[in-house]
Amino acid sequence: MKLEAGLSFSQAPPILVPFRFFLSAPLFGLLAALLALWYGPSLMESRWQPSVLALTHLMTLGFLGMAMVGAMMQMLPVVAGSPVAHPVGVARAVHVLLLPGVVLLAGGFLLGAHWPMRIAMFLLGTGFTVFVVAVGLSLKRASSDNPTVVGMRYAVSALVVTVALGLTLASNYGWDWWLIERVRLTNLHLTWGLLGWVGLLVAGVSYQVVPMFQLTPSYPKLLTRWLTTALFVLLLLWSVVYWLPEGAQVQVILAVSLAAAVIFTVFAIVTLRLQLRRRRKQSDVTLLFWRFGMVCLLLALALGVAGQVIPVLDRVQGDNIALGFLFIAGFAVSVVNGMLYKIVPFLIWFHLQSLLMGVARVPNMKLIMPEPGMRRQMWLHFAAVPALALSALWPPLIYPAALLFGASMVLLEVNLLNAFRIYQQNAKLAPKGEPSST
Amino acid sequence: MGSISSYMTSDHHRCDELFSQAEAAASGKDWGTIAADLQIFLDSMHHHFKMEEEVLFPAFEERTGMSMGPTQVMRMEHVQMRELFDAMSDAVKLQDRDEFLGQAETLLVMMQQHNMKEEQMLYLMADRALAGEMEEVLQQMRAVGA
Repeated sequence: MKLEAGLSFSQAPPILVPFRFFLSAPLFGLLAALLALWYGPSLMESRWQPSVLALTHLMTLGFLGMAMVGAMMQMLPVVAGSPVAHPVGVARAVHVLLLPGVVLLAGGFLLGAHWPMRIAMFLLGTGFTVFVVAVGLSLKRASSDNPTVVGMRYAVSALVVTVALGLTLASNYGWDWWLIERVRLTNLHLTWGLLGWVGLLVAGVSYQVVPMFQLTPSYPKLLTRWLTTALFVLLLLWSVVYWLPEGAQVQVILAVSLAAAVIFTVFAIVTLRLQLRRRRKQSDVTLLFWRFGMVCLLLALALGVAGQVIPVLDRVQGDNIALGFLFIAGFAVSVVNGMLYKIVPFLIWFHLQSLLMGVARVPNMKLIMPEPGMRRQMWLHFAAVPALALSALWPPLIYPAALLFGASMVLLEVNLLNAFRIYQQNAKLAPKGEPSST
Repeated sequence: MGSISSYMTSDHHRCDELFSQAEAAASGKDWGTIAADLQIFLDSMHHHFKMEEEVLFPAFEERTGMSMGPTQVMRMEHVQMRELFDAMSDAVKLQDRDEFLGQAETLLVMMQQHNMKEEQMLYLMADRALAGEMEEVLQQMRAVGA
């Protein structure tokens, strides 16, 4: 029995490998909310302010980064058949490096101080290097026939570009050297981070999880085969053209941006349509989070395209900030949040059942993560996102928006912790001592 | 000539279909219907497991010599799923809707991640390993009774 249990675990890493990341993620969301409350309407004055940079990185590196790193380490064995080697050590190292790294980066922005920035660069650079090498080796072994694996490879490549650009930009804050191309590098950095790492990973992963959780039809073969590749090529093309002299590049940039927007629009609409055609009639929180996320993605794309096509709009105060809130909080955070509500209760059940087989019956997923708590948090989030986006137009709205977002993050953390407590309580019933909780 | 992948993957889809019927039945009041739909679904799952455990896995293990590899993990997950089948049946006996839906949700995720591993790894490996005896293996699986 013991031997068999060990074998089933060879497919799934120990529970703390993903959970140390999952349990940290909402805390960064909460920090972002507190920061927004502290700085209030002044945030809308310009996207270049240190407070906005700190806020953005708490949400992207902090919330999204933590959750996506944890989820990827968990999912690789299942979707790619290729587990990350030494998962416990890798997870611990990456977590211990990224956690203070994000805090110091945000602190470095806010204080305008050199040392926090330099230490953050070291921590984040090392943490992401460990992650990229570990995950990259696993993806290299995996089969290329699998569109999710292909999407993940592009996403990780985009992460490498994002981190490299980010470190370059951070060094500007850490040493005050004369960086002429700061604006261009920043735009490259955020495009690779948001459309590349986040967008490509969500697309690649949704090929598996959208049909899986709701029993929808599969994504069209043509789409899964080409979408992530096309986006990655467009990102490369855009990056090259972006360095041409101004004037020469305007039309090309416009064409490439529109093409990328069209591809993401296709992705969002196909996803929404598949979900409408689901065989499973039960609607659930994850489904609603995903639909909300796709609608926000479409709105963000519309806003982005409008900004490109009608240059006047691009100069409207706060336009970029509304776009950022819609993409980051509306699209990415929603999708990740919805995923957590499936992955977390399932993993707890899965690990408990392997431990307690034949000893005790394990509570089902809905007892581990009760529906009412998830719904409350979901509604807070659904209220927070439009408020955040609209606060770009009417800055005082940032106060209720940040309160809603903060409350949502607190409740998410409470929900995750309550579920984890059920794991800890039940794991004690296991026949031989403690489970591997490292 | 068919392949193990396509034959078994379409059987997964058939089981998924029956799962969603049983789950949808649970939103109605009639426990007789729920019990009947659940039984149809469980029969299809037992049949699928039988094809794997009695034909496909042994053939794969014999050909590759990997008896403690992926097939062992799949067998272990079958055991886990059988526990969920029992829990669902118990919930129907007790007419406990929340428990039934909670167990169904758990089974769905368990089943889907299991199918994913089979469809994307094991069946492809089996297609390669058993290429020379494909027809016999498919024949034997079709012959497996309920």
